[in-house]
Amino acid sequence: MRTALFWIFSLAAVASALGVVGNLRSPINSALSLVVSMLALAGLYVLLEAQFVGLIQVMVYAGAIVVLFLFVIMLLNLRGSGASGAESQPIVKALGALVVVAATLWLARTLSSGRAPWPDVEQGFGTTRAIGEALYTDYVLSVQVAGVLLLAGIVAAVVLAKKKID
Amino acid sequence: MGDISGYHFQIVAALIFSIGALGVLLRRNMIVMFMSIELMLNAANLSLVAFSREIGNDQGQILAFLVMVVAAVEVAVGLAIIISLVRNRDTVNIEDTSALKW
Repeated sequence: MRTALFWIFSLAAVASALGVVGNLRSPINSALSLVVSMLALAGLYVLLEAQFVGLIQVMVYAGAIVVLFLFVIMLLNLRGSGASGAESQPIVKALGALVVVAATLWLARTLSSGRAPWPDVEQGFGTTRAIGEALYTDYVLSVQVAGVLLLAGIVAAVVLAKKKID
Repeated sequence: MGDISGYHFQIVAALIFSIGALGVLLRRNMIVMFMSIELMLNAANLSLVAFSREIGNDQGQILAFLVMVVAAVEVAVGLAIIISLVRNRDTVNIEDTSALKW
């Protein structure tokens, strides 16, 4: 059951990631592929006993970030524009793409020859309670810094998007 | 969990990361490039959570949570920059905004 779910979720995640990058028609289609990819990744997180991270993935990524992308695409009315612009350095880009593909294949080959230990985890691993307790005791400084960063981000977004720059 | 081990999750993360890297390299639409960056961040998160499961320690999940916070801030600021650019230049093609290009 879990093996089947792993294959379903990972195939969905990889295929829709390809859909994000390979869709040349409209950024809206890319954004919708991105939602599928995020939801499939949330399923993989739940398979990894990380229920809290999976929940946050659905709420923050699929629910907020992609909606923000869609808002901006529709606000700017960008249908079909910029899909395939002028290629400035096609040879350099092809070389870069080749390096990325080769490195990925090499990494996948190396990883697939190994066997990882897969220990049983204790009851409550990865639940909201466990992560919340860790966040508000051992990692409370990180939470504070994240809060300040979010405030700075809100202010920066408002200032940047407010009006025309002279 | 049957014949699935942590390596399988790492391979999926590597595939998604390189798809995102290819998107940044090959696409010229700013918004699609930005989505590709999000894909790469998600691949890193999957890797963190898979390692966290593998060693039975929840620190990787906390780091993944903080990566999500940073990604949310990055999306807000980046999309504001894109809105501002499109208002002033009326294009989302990255080749048309080369003032900072060396």
